[in-house]
Amino acid sequence: MKLKIKDVGFGYSNMPVLRNVNIELAESEILGVVGPNGAGKSTLLRCIDRILIPQKGCIMLDGRDIREISRMELARKIGYVPQDGSQIFPATVFDTVLMGRRPHLGWRSSERDTEKVLETLKILNIEDLAMRDINELSGGQQQKVFIARALTQEPELLLLDEPTSNLDIRHQLEVMEIVKRVVRERGISAIMAIHDLNLASRYADRIIMMNGGRVYAEGEPSSVLNEENIRHVYGVEAKLSNHDGRPYIVPVRACVRC
Amino acid sequence: MTSTSGTETASGTGAGTEKIAEIKTQYKKFVGRKILFIILSLILIFIIAGVSATLGSYPISVTEVYSIIWHGIFQNVETTQGIVVWNLRLPRIIMGILAGMGLAIAGTMMQGILRNPLASPFTLGIASGAGFGAALAILSGASIIAGETGEYLIIGNAFLFSLIPTFVIILFTRYKRATPETMILAGIAMLYIFSAATTLLMYFSESEAVKEAYFWMVGSLGRATWDELIFSLNLGSLSIPLPGPVPIVLIGCIIPLMWKSWDLNVMAAGDEAAKSLGVNVEQNRILILIIASLMTAGIVCFTGTIGFIGLVAPHMCRMVIGGDNRFLIPASGLFGAALLLTADTIARRIIAPVILPVGVITAFMGGPLFLYLIMRRRREYW
Repeated sequence: MKLKIKDVGFGYSNMPVLRNVNIELAESEILGVVGPNGAGKSTLLRCIDRILIPQKGCIMLDGRDIREISRMELARKIGYVPQDGSQIFPATVFDTVLMGRRPHLGWRSSERDTEKVLETLKILNIEDLAMRDINELSGGQQQKVFIARALTQEPELLLLDEPTSNLDIRHQLEVMEIVKRVVRERGISAIMAIHDLNLASRYADRIIMMNGGRVYAEGEPSSVLNEENIRHVYGVEAKLSNHDGRPYIVPVRACVRC
Repeated sequence: MTSTSGTETASGTGAGTEKIAEIKTQYKKFVGRKILFIILSLILIFIIAGVSATLGSYPISVTEVYSIIWHGIFQNVETTQGIVVWNLRLPRIIMGILAGMGLAIAGTMMQGILRNPLASPFTLGIASGAGFGAALAILSGASIIAGETGEYLIIGNAFLFSLIPTFVIILFTRYKRATPETMILAGIAMLYIFSAATTLLMYFSESEAVKEAYFWMVGSLGRATWDELIFSLNLGSLSIPLPGPVPIVLIGCIIPLMWKSWDLNVMAAGDEAAKSLGVNVEQNRILILIIASLMTAGIVCFTGTIGFIGLVAPHMCRMVIGGDNRFLIPASGLFGAALLLTADTIARRIIAPVILPVGVITAFMGGPLFLYLIMRRRREYW
């Protein structure tokens, strides 16, 4: 799976959200997308999954423009975990995860699909929840269910929009470990929009820092996450230390004049 | 709920496979429960239909009713009892079953595509469109036209006008994206416009015609005849019974809706998630809306606007069997049929010999029942 984002621009009516974004994704890589609120992180992920269609530029998946790929085929290649998956009517965890098989099947689901669902529930360690209603679960459990749904799609690329927002620290670590493990084991790639710079620093292979719809900095965590960039993009004074070869960020104060 | 850290998940251990087997049994049990609910609803319909056919000013016992129906299938009925059951009560009962089924399924689909528990054929203006069409025909004098032509004019007009709100909603989505909010608001706008137009029309009409139009709008099964249910194809001396307009509309709509049930399940997860799972959300929403509207129109143009079944039946079924539309569509259809049949039986008998319009009973019966269910339901889902 090779993803190439070329000169992509997107805006809602007259408000540009993404401007000239260029990104290349290597195989079996976790790419962390960081940046302040409104920087365009979520919009970027939605454009990649063709939930939104960019007005400018193109997105190539293994050399093919995603606009030429049918939605079903795209769903077999890209799995998307939305920030909040509001489920309005009752549904069991099992049935929710079974939705992930939709791109692979016709009207009926087979024994094989059931096996895939059970397998994924096991990977995420939520098999105990299988028959519970999704609306009864905590935020962390729900997040795992949505990741499970995306994984049963058997995608080559996983898009995660703020996978750790609203989670306690234990669930944050669990979710990130799962993503890391799945990427390594299946040899797939992942792009995650993430607010927590320390989680990004620890789990991403490469980081893209966005600001005002543009890519501001790009590279390894240690090169992107520095005091200078954080001050410029977030307007925050931060202290950095080294933790196992990765930068560890302690925000100090919001600066008045940056 | 505790769970061990992701990295130390053991795979393929004995305990693991046991757990998997347990989930499978639980899942099968759950599916079994859904199928049981569907079968019970079906049995319920047969029982209520049988009881309903015995009730009326001419008393007939349950066994007699079944025997009359059984014999009537193979030969012409000649006894008075036979004619009462076969020509007066049975069309009304079958119409009740079909109307309840269609309205409940249309409600299920509309709640599903719009992700809104309050959506029903009525909140989208379909019923008020039909009401206006019928009122227009009645008040402009169609009911004076002798016999069947006038009747057809009312039905045709009601059918035509009931499709206008859907048409406007779809036109609207060409300029604004087909989001649930846009569509519901456009539907409610149509509801008010048509209600106002009907009121205006009635305000300036004669009282006899107004009364008839009013009766039409409350909704009743009283006008049901075999003509709507069975179409007899006469080939010389041979008469072949074929499904009439109502069953044809129902069959023609329910099959594609069932086929879309999986997509509808996916759409319940939200537009973004559904798109990422390969479902063309906007296109599906419009397609399903059209089919569900056609089905509603095909029913209300004969019965008038019977409210509440389309709103309540899907919710009641969801509370029992959950939101999986592959089971919910047939379940709410059958349950809706049983519900409407019960309401009509009550409407016929409660202050006999006066027969109340069934629409009044569905609201009176459904309202409190619905409130009770909302109070005692276990989970929050809106």
